[in-house]
Amino acid sequence: MLEALSLPFFQRALLAGVLVGAFISYYAPFVVQRKLSFLSHGLAHAAFGGVAIALFFNTEPLWVALPFTVLVALGITWLRSRTGLGEDSAIGIFLALALAFGILLLSFRTSYAAEALAYLFGSLLTVTPTDLWISLGVLALTLALLPFWGRWAYATFDRDLALADRRRVLTQDYLLSALVAVATVVAVKVVGALLVGAFLVIPAATARLWSRTFSTMTLLSVALGVSTALAGLILSYQFDVPSGASIVLVQAAIFALAFATGRREQTG
Amino acid sequence: MAEAPAVQVQDLSVRFGDFQALQDVSLEAPQGSFVAIVGPNGAGKSTLLRVLLGLVQPEKGSFRLFGGPLAALPPEQVGYVPQVKNFDRSFPALALELVVSGIRRAWPFWVTPAERKLAQEALEQVGASRLENRSLGRLSGGELQRVYLARSLVHKPKLLLLDEPATGVDAVGEADLYRHLEAYQKRSGATILMITHDWEAANHHATHVLLLNRRVIDFGPPQQVLCPECLSRAFGHVGHAHLNEPIQPHIP
Repeated sequence: MLEALSLPFFQRALLAGVLVGAFISYYAPFVVQRKLSFLSHGLAHAAFGGVAIALFFNTEPLWVALPFTVLVALGITWLRSRTGLGEDSAIGIFLALALAFGILLLSFRTSYAAEALAYLFGSLLTVTPTDLWISLGVLALTLALLPFWGRWAYATFDRDLALADRRRVLTQDYLLSALVAVATVVAVKVVGALLVGAFLVIPAATARLWSRTFSTMTLLSVALGVSTALAGLILSYQFDVPSGASIVLVQAAIFALAFATGRREQTG
Repeated sequence: MAEAPAVQVQDLSVRFGDFQALQDVSLEAPQGSFVAIVGPNGAGKSTLLRVLLGLVQPEKGSFRLFGGPLAALPPEQVGYVPQVKNFDRSFPALALELVVSGIRRAWPFWVTPAERKLAQEALEQVGASRLENRSLGRLSGGELQRVYLARSLVHKPKLLLLDEPATGVDAVGEADLYRHLEAYQKRSGATILMITHDWEAANHHATHVLLLNRRVIDFGPPQQVLCPECLSRAFGHVGHAHLNEPIQPHIP
């Protein structure tokens, strides 16, 4: 195992796991408590549409997927605020639209379809230094916006209460949606769509079972996101299995442990 | 110079698409009054409170709070107790944190000693000190209502808006609620607007009753407003037992 740590590709993979695990799991409690678990899947599909556009125009996928996915996230927030549609319906509409658009463009350039799919599913073991810099940038952005945690948590707890206190909840919704979109796209590039979905749900859901306060839930979620990414990567190397699957299985095992030992609040 | 009314509403109308929620509503609630807002479901009671909080924009008309626009009144001068059913019980939170959110207008990541002291005082005021470290998801309706009330009182507001605060509260809890409200009003001189479906409570505790059914049916002292004819006009029938006999004025 120690010799693996000297391998540059594995060092990059571990660093990417730590960075992505930290920022994605930070946003996860908001996603889980706002019942937006479906959002990560919607945004990952939107990223696919962005990649398809980039490939169609022969340009770097990330620079198109990022603004495209942010626009889709803002569109979901806008549609929900204007129509009273549930988040799941709004996400479902944009998810299908972005995916259909991507498939349409790829049908004109069939030679790029395989590349688009590879991008969508990603691989920790093919992480480039550029990917690491971008991940570091997203983590820095997340740290810079830490003061907004209280406002997002307040609107997550009770939107009406925050509005009655004259907080600009819709502006904060747009900001949070855009940040989740950026985090998702960067994570998709690094770890793939499947892992993004897991990171945006499982660490926070596990933390919820062990937490009495939202601040504890946030801290635990980040700790679980980082540690399960590292554990999953090491297992992936040891047993020569796909890294995404090993990380998700580690997360699921810890969730099962939390379910068996954690406190479950009476709900409803 | 005469004191400005705490709440002055002028020809206020609210429309949601094709639905006229409020039409030409006008009223003046004097400072220090306790106004019970009574009316059938869908009468626009919550909409009126939401307009006063700035959550709903009126189609026409205007309102003033203490002689000025809403923006001129600092948010901490308005206490608000929402319908508890809006609260998501799966959110991990302690009672103390909810009260501190009223101080910060944001959710606390940690609670400072000064905030803890203020929140503890507010909880003590409503007899809820023992709930400080309890999870919100595990509180009963009555306990939650006390914590929400403590939260609304933490800044000692001049105006208190309560949306059906007694819903889900047992008779003892309801009596406690009114006792705490009246005690706070006596100490602070605050104005209270409260939505209720309990005509007896309105009769006993309010100085004014607003009888609403999208329009103002009547506004005035409880003895005047809670008469069978007015209630019949608001509710559209006289089937309720209370309507068969005039409600007796409350003698403290």
